[in-house]
Amino acid sequence: MTPFLSAVGIRKQFPGVLALDGVSAALNGGEVLAIVGENGAGKSTLMKVLAGVYQPDAGELLLDGKPVSFPTSQSAVDAGVSLIHQELNLAENLSVGANIFLGRETTRFGLIDDRAMKPRATAALEKVGLPASLVEVRVGRLAPGQKQLVEIARALAVKARAIIFDEPTSSLTQTETDRLYEVIDTLRDNGVAIAYISHRLAEVKRVADRALVLRDGRNAGELEKSEITHDNLVRKMVGRELKNLYPRTRVLQSQDAALRLQNLTYSGGPSAPISLEVRPGEVLGMAGLVGAGRTELAEAVFGLRSIANGHVEINGQKRVITHPSHALKAGLAMVPEDRRAHGLLLPEGTGFNVPLPNLDILSRAGLVEDAKARQMSQTWVEKLHIRTPSLAQAVGLLSGGNQQKVVFAKWLAREPKVLILDEPTRGVDVGARGEIYAIIDDLAARGLGVWMISSDMEELLGMSDRIAVLHDGQLAGILDREQFNEEAIMQLATGAHR
Amino acid sequence: MKRIAGVILLLVVLYAMLIWADPINATRWGNIKDVLSQQAFFGVLTLGVGVVIVTGGIDLSIGSVVGMSAVLFGVLMKSGVPPYLALLITLASGAVIGTIHATLITRLKLQPFLVTLCGLFVYRGLARMLSPNGQVGINSIITDEQTKGDPAFAQTLTDQLGTLREVLIGKTLESEFAFPNQAIVLLVLALLVGVLLHKSVWGRYWYALGHNENAAKYAGIRVERNKFTVYILCSTLASLGGILTILDYGGVNPVSIGEGWELYAITGAVLGGCSLRGGEGSVVGMVFGAAVLPLLKNLISFVGSIPWVMDRVKIDPVIPALIGLTLLLGTIADESFRRRLKS
Repeated sequence: MTPFLSAVGIRKQFPGVLALDGVSAALNGGEVLAIVGENGAGKSTLMKVLAGVYQPDAGELLLDGKPVSFPTSQSAVDAGVSLIHQELNLAENLSVGANIFLGRETTRFGLIDDRAMKPRATAALEKVGLPASLVEVRVGRLAPGQKQLVEIARALAVKARAIIFDEPTSSLTQTETDRLYEVIDTLRDNGVAIAYISHRLAEVKRVADRALVLRDGRNAGELEKSEITHDNLVRKMVGRELKNLYPRTRVLQSQDAALRLQNLTYSGGPSAPISLEVRPGEVLGMAGLVGAGRTELAEAVFGLRSIANGHVEINGQKRVITHPSHALKAGLAMVPEDRRAHGLLLPEGTGFNVPLPNLDILSRAGLVEDAKARQMSQTWVEKLHIRTPSLAQAVGLLSGGNQQKVVFAKWLAREPKVLILDEPTRGVDVGARGEIYAIIDDLAARGLGVWMISSDMEELLGMSDRIAVLHDGQLAGILDREQFNEEAIMQLATGAHR
Repeated sequence: MKRIAGVILLLVVLYAMLIWADPINATRWGNIKDVLSQQAFFGVLTLGVGVVIVTGGIDLSIGSVVGMSAVLFGVLMKSGVPPYLALLITLASGAVIGTIHATLITRLKLQPFLVTLCGLFVYRGLARMLSPNGQVGINSIITDEQTKGDPAFAQTLTDQLGTLREVLIGKTLESEFAFPNQAIVLLVLALLVGVLLHKSVWGRYWYALGHNENAAKYAGIRVERNKFTVYILCSTLASLGGILTILDYGGVNPVSIGEGWELYAITGAVLGGCSLRGGEGSVVGMVFGAAVLPLLKNLISFVGSIPWVMDRVKIDPVIPALIGLTLLLGTIADESFRRRLKS
């Protein structure tokens, strides 16, 4: 059988990066092809080439076995290839029906012919399992999962024969995700060719009939349905065995607290005070459901929220912290949850970002000592193996893992005594994750107290020496390593113990 | 450096066209001197607003602050304050205005656009209230004092105003114009602001603020304090602009003096490479950017006096449209240039 759409030897060069280096892929009707790889492996670029968003520099596309080119994404759509973007491309202020036909409205005498379009819109909605009554509803009022389905309906309304999903579940709830899987199954059974990009390996296992693994812009292998397992995928993605993701060279250095929260409450927070200790040389994990108040507590300690009662001690000394600058002086550092919004100046380079919080020690008489600042950046780029073409390269252009390392570098350059990590590996791919865990372990081994907030259960269990669990803003319990297991944590996090 | 290549090219082209329009009169020292004075004057205003723009803010009140300060300086002297002291008080009034702006922006979390837009009306009103009878002129202040007042104070006025005018503007009280000293004033100020912006810790913080206020705060930067500094700097420079204006022009009309100059200053900054989104811009760029508009006006008046043009078009009404179009072209060129740099 000839594949519906195939790419042969695709090459795509961007300034400074060879995104695709001779990649081939085939999309068959009635099959779900998962495309997996680490960040920067070329998944999204390949999809955009298939959908006419990018033009390949070399290689060719075959449609039903015949060479074809898609100079625009519209021409791909006309040929039956639709791309469903990670960030949905819907006009929030227009109705569902208007969105389904956006850009290709049926007209009569130059005016939009709603009557002709409506039955076709409702038919498309029904195919994805949405009620026909939604056709008049504004898209802005839909849940993310429904929006995703509207996008699919839009593809079906133009009789797409291939649909490409780019990380479709990143903003969906579990129920919405399950619904999406059903729709994908139905589409496949109706002969549509599906390409599915994801880096959630569990979901690849669920939906894919075949998995294509990319690594550094090249084909790294293909797996048939029976071969798709977590280990096989990771091995192909990383190109080596991942051993010992969670290193442990540290030893607890003292029972005295590096950081102690004493009966702490903060304004706008829960009324019950929290007392907690982070010891030098340990990683204190902090678990909790979304909204349990973990980030808020860390922000209060770091001077981003005002403390109502109680106090903070660092190395046994009471410290008054009402602004992050006090926290820095006291030896606290924090890697925030949202590095793009709070951690980095994306348009500036590593050479600007790393010295920024450290200018007090990099200046004389108020003037920045450029040589020292450059040296600091350079040192940390080398220490943390930050892959950047230069210190001037905008950090926004680096991969998630490297961005996160720049945030670490910013803080570590001050040699803090306590490091607060809020979701330290969010949006970081598997390979870089291992590096970040090694950095965290190394820091603790040097006697830092590490307070690691995380929603990633594996990471919590793997990295922590103790785990504090918050429920509804209150400390539900602290587990020692012998007591670690997912169930115990979830019981505390959901308040089942109380 | 590449960011300012565009504005330098624009200046070169404009000068070339000026020479082409009138090779004899346009190149006379008298004309160059006048243009240079204007360029330097707007440079002072541009430095102030440029720094605010780097932090991601904006100041629309500059023209009114110039007007109010010019009038205040005159009115103070009229009521018996010696010129040197009047100068200090006027500069302080600018600092107070900047403090008010920053307070409203940081404490009440109002948008800079709105706060300074309100300021634009308020300070214009103040200027008119300070001198309800209209025109304020330095020579008439001196003459009034000589004829009706205290001859000793009249002498102080003559001495100090004479010195100020000669040092800051390069003109004597009799309006002999030796050298455009405002260019030297600008040079000194640009050097100071340049060190602040490009060499000091504060400058780094201002860029950080302009890129991402939240990230700046997480990095331990005192966001609010730094905003006070830049708004105070901007309004104080505008006040200095007011003093320069009355010294240069000799007399000012509170209703109209400085009207629209904030836009000249902002366009100067933008032409010089400041991004209205914040986080970008350089002092050298601001100085060159501010030089464009006065030169353009001069060019247009020379083109307008070419006989062939004069027979066909009345140039005066065309000026605003020409300025707008030139700026638009400059912006388009700059934007496409930047895009090419990126890809």
